[in-house]
Amino acid sequence: MSNQDHHHEETFISKYIFSLDHKMIAKQFLLTGMFMGIIGVIMSAFFRLQLAWPDEGFPILETFLGKWAPDGVMDPNIYLALVTIHGTIMVFFVLTAGLSGTFSNLLIPLQIGARDMASGFMNMLSYWFFFLSSLVMIISLFVSSGPAAAGWTIYPPLSALPQAMPGSGLGMTLWLVSMSLFIVSALLGGLNYIVTIVNLRTKGMSMTRMPLTMWAFFVTAILGTLSFPVLLSACLLLIFDRSFGTAFYLSDIMIQGEILTQTGGSPILFQHLFWFLGHPEVYIILLPALGITSEVVSTNSRKPIFGYKAMVGSILAIAFLSFIVWGHHMFMTGMNPFLGSVFTFTTLLIAIPSAVKVFNYLTTLWRANIQFTPAMLFSIGLVSTFISGGLTGLILGDAALDINVHDTYFVVAHFHIVMGLSAIFGMFAGVYHWFPKMYGRMMNKSLGYAHFWITFISAYGVFYPMHFLGLAGVPRRYYSNTAFPMFEGLVEINELISVFAILGVVAQLIFFFNFFYSIFRGRQSSQNPWRSNTLEWTTPVERIHGNWPGELPTVHRWAYDYSKPGMDEDFVIQTTPLKDGEEEGH
Amino acid sequence: MENLLTILISLLAIIALVQLVRIFELATKLKGQQEIEISDKENHYNGLALLIVGFGFVLFVAYSFKLWGHLILPESASLHGIQIKLLWDTTMYLILFVFFITQPLLFWFSYKYRGKKNNKALYQTHNNKLEIIWTSIPAVVLTALVVFGLKTWNNVMVPDTSNAMVMEVYAMQFNWTARYSGEDNKLGDANYTLIGGINTLGVDINDSASSDDIITREIHLPVDEQVLMKFRSQDVIHSAYMPHLGVQMNCVPGMSTQFAFTPIKTTSEMRKELKNEEFDYVLLCNKICGSAHYNMQIKVIIETKQEYLEWMSQQDNFNTLISR
Ligand code: HEM
Ligand SMILES: [Cu+2]
Ligand SMILES: [Cu+2]
Repeated sequence: MSNQDHHHEETFISKYIFSLDHKMIAKQFLLTGMFMGIIGVIMSAFFRLQLAWPDEGFPILETFLGKWAPDGVMDPNIYLALVTIHGTIMVFFVLTAGLSGTFSNLLIPLQIGARDMASGFMNMLSYWFFFLSSLVMIISLFVSSGPAAAGWTIYPPLSALPQAMPGSGLGMTLWLVSMSLFIVSALLGGLNYIVTIVNLRTKGMSMTRMPLTMWAFFVTAILGTLSFPVLLSACLLLIFDRSFGTAFYLSDIMIQGEILTQTGGSPILFQHLFWFLGHPEVYIILLPALGITSEVVSTNSRKPIFGYKAMVGSILAIAFLSFIVWGHHMFMTGMNPFLGSVFTFTTLLIAIPSAVKVFNYLTTLWRANIQFTPAMLFSIGLVSTFISGGLTGLILGDAALDINVHDTYFVVAHFHIVMGLSAIFGMFAGVYHWFPKMYGRMMNKSLGYAHFWITFISAYGVFYPMHFLGLAGVPRRYYSNTAFPMFEGLVEINELISVFAILGVVAQLIFFFNFFYSIFRGRQSSQNPWRSNTLEWTTPVERIHGNWPGELPTVHRWAYDYSKPGMDEDFVIQTTPLKDGEEEGH
Repeated sequence: MENLLTILISLLAIIALVQLVRIFELATKLKGQQEIEISDKENHYNGLALLIVGFGFVLFVAYSFKLWGHLILPESASLHGIQIKLLWDTTMYLILFVFFITQPLLFWFSYKYRGKKNNKALYQTHNNKLEIIWTSIPAVVLTALVVFGLKTWNNVMVPDTSNAMVMEVYAMQFNWTARYSGEDNKLGDANYTLIGGINTLGVDINDSASSDDIITREIHLPVDEQVLMKFRSQDVIHSAYMPHLGVQMNCVPGMSTQFAFTPIKTTSEMRKELKNEEFDYVLLCNKICGSAHYNMQIKVIIETKQEYLEWMSQQDNFNTLISR
């Protein structure tokens, strides 16, 4: 049954709020993610103020933080809380829900030729669980003992004992509730994505003809559904330990003069469970960004993505390996050195498929005809940060080298560049590229250029120097470096980082302005503005329920026939039948 | 009042910006340029900018070692640090080698192949030979790196400690305590339930090995002697990190962890090397543990055996401490 026959009346509520349409749900994810992103990014500006100018009072801090920043100087506990919530929001709310939620929803049905997700209702629930989860996280910012503050990794016993720090009180409870809701959302979404891709591909859309974005979202969804439940159990056990006196993670503790009765648990168990999600999570963040980039790079190079099969193979290899490397976050926990050896081995293996991806991107650019749209610039930025950040992974993944940089700013530099920047760049690329599909209008190009250039320069300006802080031995999650004479020489470099951080944060105003301006005032988009091959550009600009007005499209070729010799144009849409004697690319 | 003014000004600024962008867009429309198409000029300038900024970044990375190299920790002051340094340097050269090839290529290609109206890209889908080569090379290099890394890791973490001096470092929010094993080189049993009053580490009085244990608020170590440091924690996870010595190990409640190492430079030698008379080694906390995490430290002094013994002879042992 095709949807265009029965135009059921849509009310405001069913269209904009409890919508079942994947395109609307995608926009809901994006807007919520952007809102959370604003909070997370402003927090980073706040604690960068504190780190660079520890003795200075900033009225703006007092305005926002009130009693937690008397005279504009941050309290150590609130510093830790800000870092924790910043990390949580960035990793989960912006780069998991905001990135994967938005683009999986928007693109999966459109690029495989389906009318909607397998279950529109589950999809709607997925968004509303995410919404609730965001709400709870935001509420936790206002409780009087402060939000969770044990780091985004919330290691017990610190996170389990309210006596250990104010943030482990009600704030932590809300954090755990919020994350549990979040995981429900991720699972509902993920299952839906998998089922949709497996079952609802249109005629001719074999797995090997799918665009790389689809492969990336597909594998991401599998990663998520396999690993998020483990985090959920970890959170539940932690809730038990906190509220019902169990001892999964607690043993032999005396705190604030009180001897606790719990014995027999192990704090390290939590770390195993946490990182069993935590490492795949890194790829849950990164793979969609790489998928988006593959699409954007190929389209704007006017050239097939080089080595399609190798790209798919690398995605699969990375995904598989990501389940057996979690221990590299725990080299210093006193684990058996043999175990450390195993995790070093598996971790360094990931470098191989990652290198293949980089080489393939580079070769795609070789002898291309590159169109520098803002999306393309951000994609090139992604390739650059993926290289820079990936390389330092060789150090952190090598247990012997990790001894001296574990938990220092070297780690902060590494993961921000390889995961934070790459994924954020991928997300921006996606927004610029598919904005016309979401709103039927174009974003302003010049503002896009300004946004890219300031962001790209300040991003490296913030995170490149942090490597040196780490090599100087500065631990992460330090409220201030002033307690140690050995860190006295680092004042200037800290100020430099903060200046770039503030510049980078302010530059995002350009993006937000451009985004909202273009929703209402942007130029009308044509049907296929980037002259792209994939199916989403065969739908009408008006974005109707059911996506295609008539029959579903039939696919005859892969997604990357750009600049194919013998064709009239430098692109060939996937629905174009092969000519007589034409060979299909792959 | 002030707030109102700020809001008003921001609003005005936004409106001005909207108008500006509209004028801009109208102008491009008048010029007859399709907004979505990227003109040769735009391709040229963005490509050029990528070349300049990209190469600028790559050059800065090279220069940064000169600019900020002095911030990096001095060469390790312990024996295993020498081995690690070899692995570190090897890895670092490899990383920089790859970095200085791939990044310039990325930015060079971006510039070189910037779009032009009449150009056409090469239709090239894959090249099995090339792909096999660039999969195998990383595989071989990484195998070598893994073997080297694992050898180093095992040498560092599983050394022969039969002659090492045994001591303990005890963590709690937010300070450190050291306990030396005394003449028998054996730490007395300890248990968190025995903590109380002067017995801050919960040492078991009934264990004969405990009577000669020595509890201090500074860590002194004799140079060139292997020490087996054991770690316990009272409340939450902490991490004992001695940056200059290349030592790090988590301190986990309910669990005992350890790290063996041999310091090779005394404090005064290090002061000379760094030309800094105030320098002191330090052990600091490197795992988030609460509000004063950023200031949880204990001084470490590395000295000659003689100085060490002299200092040790001035300390009270556990028996004296308890009976006082
Ligand atoms: C404006 C851009 C950003 C700035 C200036 C910034 C700055 C920082 C800094 C300085 C820290 C470490 C603080 C400390 O350890 O004491 C930190 C922590 C963190 N950031 Fe960012 N960050 C930014 C964007 C991002 C993005 C895009 C992500 C996405 C992955 C991210 C994820 C995290 C995480 C996971 C942590 C660790 C939190 C923890 O230690 O528990 N940040 N950020
Ligand atoms: Cu990991
Ligand atoms: Cu601590």
